[in-house]
Parts: sequence; structure tokens; C-alpha cells
Amino acid sequence: MSGAGPGRPLAHWQHRLAERGVDRQLWLLVPALVFVIALFLYPFFYGLTLSFQPTTGGPFSDYARFFSDSYERGTIWITLRIALPAALLNVLAAVPIAYRMRGRFRGKRLVTTLLVVPITLGTVLTAQGLLNFLGPTGWFNRILLATHLVDEPVRLTHNYWGVFFSLVITGFPFAFLLVLSYLSGIDPTLERAAATLGADWRRRFTRITLPLLMPGLATTFCLTFVLAFSVFPSAVLVGNPAGETRVISLAAYQAAYEQYDYPYASAIAMIMGFVELVIIAVVLAARSRFYTGSSGGKG
Amino acid sequence: MATTTQAPPARPPATSTDRRRRIAARPAAWIVWGVVIFFFLNLLGVVASVLVSSFGQRWFDTWLPDGYTTSWYARAWDEFALLQVIVVTLEVSVLVVGLSLVIGVPAAYALARRSFPGKRLIFLVFLLPILMPPITYGIPLATVLYKFGLAGHMSGVVLANLVPSVPFVILTMTPFIEQIDPRIESAARMCGAGLRTVFLRVLTPLLVPGILASAILVLVRTVGMFELTFLTAGPDSQTLVVALYYSMSASGIRAQQSVDAMAVIYTSMMLVLLVVALRYVNPTQLVAQVKDEPEH
Repeated sequence: MSGAGPGRPLAHWQHRLAERGVDRQLWLLVPALVFVIALFLYPFFYGLTLSFQPTTGGPFSDYARFFSDSYERGTIWITLRIALPAALLNVLAAVPIAYRMRGRFRGKRLVTTLLVVPITLGTVLTAQGLLNFLGPTGWFNRILLATHLVDEPVRLTHNYWGVFFSLVITGFPFAFLLVLSYLSGIDPTLERAAATLGADWRRRFTRITLPLLMPGLATTFCLTFVLAFSVFPSAVLVGNPAGETRVISLAAYQAAYEQYDYPYASAIAMIMGFVELVIIAVVLAARSRFYTGSSGGKG
Repeated sequence: MATTTQAPPARPPATSTDRRRRIAARPAAWIVWGVVIFFFLNLLGVVASVLVSSFGQRWFDTWLPDGYTTSWYARAWDEFALLQVIVVTLEVSVLVVGLSLVIGVPAAYALARRSFPGKRLIFLVFLLPILMPPITYGIPLATVLYKFGLAGHMSGVVLANLVPSVPFVILTMTPFIEQIDPRIESAARMCGAGLRTVFLRVLTPLLVPGILASAILVLVRTVGMFELTFLTAGPDSQTLVVALYYSMSASGIRAQQSVDAMAVIYTSMMLVLLVVALRYVNPTQLVAQVKDEPEH
């Protein structure tokens, strides 16, 4: 170590780094790292420090302001009440459907293609379509009225259900495609081996497929939940943005762009990120209790 | 499953009763297909009601509009200055795709091939922008961009959209690069190729399918990205989805049908992208390679 010749300290230092895997090839990472630091980490910490410098009061007064006002504090609960059931429904509904469709059948490509369509529709178009379709004079209510299932139009837009349906329409295909690809990654011979040993489909599903699928389900839930948690356009357009669907992203937006109170908006954004990361951390902690190694079917 | 399909063709009655018993014994299958069909019917209703409304003359309390016209398209085109909006959307998307590939692919290569101290941390940093809701980092990001005078026009929109796109390229490209045999690169190096030559002459041609796939996915995401564009766009740098949002939230001033016409234009643009995308990407192969069940 200390025996390096005085003439070549630089080469020696490079050599030692290269032994640990650090060499010139890592320069390839630098543009992306600079980018993430400049456009993600720096703004994030800028927002974090800004949230502790409110326009009036001490460093925590914006957080205190958020949590002391029940109208503001309630946005957390409103967001969770929309996002958690929507994400859960999307994942749970995707499992049996993907299980049924994981094999080969005619028209599989068509079904998966059709399911990608809602992802590309985007939240704004979905909102517009829901307003037309589920509105009081829309086709859905007309069918219900014509078949005498209801006597007067069901109110499904400009309230909780409008936002919920828009999250299902955009989130379910996404969850389905992810679950389907995780299911396809499980080696089918494992299940056939269980069948040979006399397990019926219920036992095969609960003892073989489901445990292998759980990590994938946890990941899918996290990604779907992130989509649902940041619900913004549909909460404004098909929801009731002054009342039951005033989600936390809307509160942050109003603070920033209607009251121009950037410290307060940053504080709300930080609270929002914190709540979301807590839920994801809980799900990922539960995920680590399952087997996450290779299940043989991949690649 | 195997027993029914292996039934000898010499006994057709047996097979038909067999199939009938399978149908009766599996109500779960019918429930699953029923749910899927119900979902698609509602989806069709959502899309079709926008489509029909955009062609309708007047549509109030009836099943279908009174008459049909295409004038709403002309009106929407003029009212919302759609040509400019579409040009902006395309410019932003192309810039975002190009930049995110240039930044992301080399990083994906380093992450796929090398192991070094702090690799997990760096991977986590790249994962965070995808895991965080756009509004959470969008508001501080927009504040910073406004502080430096970058927001309010196209550069801000492009920079903001790069934040989720670069990590997305890295995450989708890493498995593609891992699939390539490292001995190919070693061979090229033995023959005297430098890192740049390996990259441009050996890796890039092999990576074209992966690059195309992630480019198209980034394109679709950028065209559909609402929150970040909404927070950073100025009046002359709105993309189609943001312009659509503004026209919808100001509804009452404008006719419902011209908003619908605009939504149809947006959807058809997305559908064209989607059809192109599906020529290159199989949606189920994004996470894992599919191993189909062998034929019985």
C-alpha cells in the first residue's frame, strides 16, 4: 500500500479504485446523475427548505397551519379514501383475469392491445368521456332507466364515484398488464408438478402461484397507488373539487398557483410525498417477507 | 386441461359432452369474462359518447344527437389554435425523447454492466422520480424553474418532462443491455475498438429494438403527461392535453361539442402513436420475458 513509487501515485490510485469497480466507464453515469441532481434532488431540497421558511411565523408554522385546519388536513384522508380502494380494486380484479388469460389463446394479442387503449386515453379525455357517458342524460343512466333498474338518474359524476371510475379506467389496464407479465414469468412447470402430485387448482393457486406472485402484486400495487394518489385532473373535472374530492394535490396546486404561497405549497407537497412514501414503504416491507428470487420462467 | 384436449378424435360425442361439462363446471371463467366484457362495454361507451358528441349538431336529452356535422372540428381548430398546440406537443415530445435517450442509455449501460460501491443508492435515486407523484416534485421543480427563468416557455416544459423520462429510459433499457452477451463487447475490444466505437458500432445496432421500445413509451408518456406540463407551461407552450384541460375547466363558455372535437383529435393522435408503438413493443414483455406454455 504505502510502497507505491513516488513517480506514479495517480496510476496507483486509479488502480486501487479499478479493483473496486470504479474506472473510467463510470463517466457514462455522470450525465444522468448531474441531471437527476439538478432537476430532481436540488428542487426537492429547495422545496424542503422553502417549506421551513414560511411567509409568516416560525419554521414549522406552515406545517402547523396545514394540520390545524381541518379543511386542509382532511385532504389527506380524502386522497387516501379515493386512492387506496381504487388501487386495491385494480390489483385484485387483475389477478383472476390475468390468471385466466396467462396461457395461449386466440385473440390474446387483441385483448392486451385493447387494454392498452385506456392507458393512452389519459386522465383528461377519460374525464370528458365519463362526464358524457355517466352524466344524468348519458347512455349509462338511459340504459338503467330504460330497463327500469332505477327510477331516476343515478348521480355518478361530480362526486366521489366519478373520480373513482376514472381511476379504475386508467389504472386497471395498467395493473392487468403488469400482473399478466409477472404471472407469465412464473414457470408453468411448477404448477404442473403440483398437479401431478395431486393438488387441485385451488391448492395450486394458493400454495404455488400466489406466493410467487405476491412480490409482483406488491410492486403493481405501489405503481397503481402512485398513479391514483397523484390524481389531479379527474378530481377537478369529474369530481367535486370544492368538497368530497378536494385531494391533497389540489390543495398544493391552489396554494402555489392561486394564493402564490410557494412555501405553503412546498409544505403540502412534502406532506403529500411523505404520506405516499409511508404507504409504499409499508407495502414493500411486506413484500420483502415473500420469496423474491428467480421463479424459473424468466428469460 | 391436458386430458380434454388429448381425447381421441374418433369419439366426437364424448368430446362434446366433455366440453359441455367444462362449461357448466366453471362459472368462475364466465364471471371473469363477464367482468372483462362489462369493463370494455363501459370503456366503449366512454369513448363513443365523446366521438358521437363531437359530430352531433345538438344533443340534449335523447339517445343520439339530432343531426350530424363536422363543423365542431373546424371551430375547435380555430378557437384553440390547435395547429400551434400540436406543433408544440410534437416539438416537446421529440426533444424529450431525444434528450432522455442520450442521457439515459449510457447510464443504463453502466448500471447493467458494472458493479461498484454505491450502485444501489444510485439506482434508488433514479427510481425515486418514478415512484413520486408528479405534483409532489412538480411544484418545487416549477418554483426552481421559474426562479431561473426557465419555466413559462418550452425549455421549462422539456426540462420538467425529462425528470420522469430519463429514469424511465434507464429502467427499461437496463434489462435490454443485460441480455446482450458481454463477450461481444470483449471481442470488439480485443480487436482494438475503444469505448466510443464499441458503443456506436457494436452496442447501438444490437440495442435498436430496446431503444425504439423505450423511445416510443417515453413519447406516449410525454404526450399524455398532464401535471408537469401544466405546472411549467406558459400560454404559448401548452401541449394538447393541457390545452384540453383548460378548455374543459372553462366549459360553459365554449360549446361542449367543440371540447369533444378537441378530445377526439387528442385521442386519434394517441391512437396513431399506440399503433406504431405496438408494432415494436409487446406490452406484456415489459417486465419479464414471457414463457408461453408449450403446446399440448
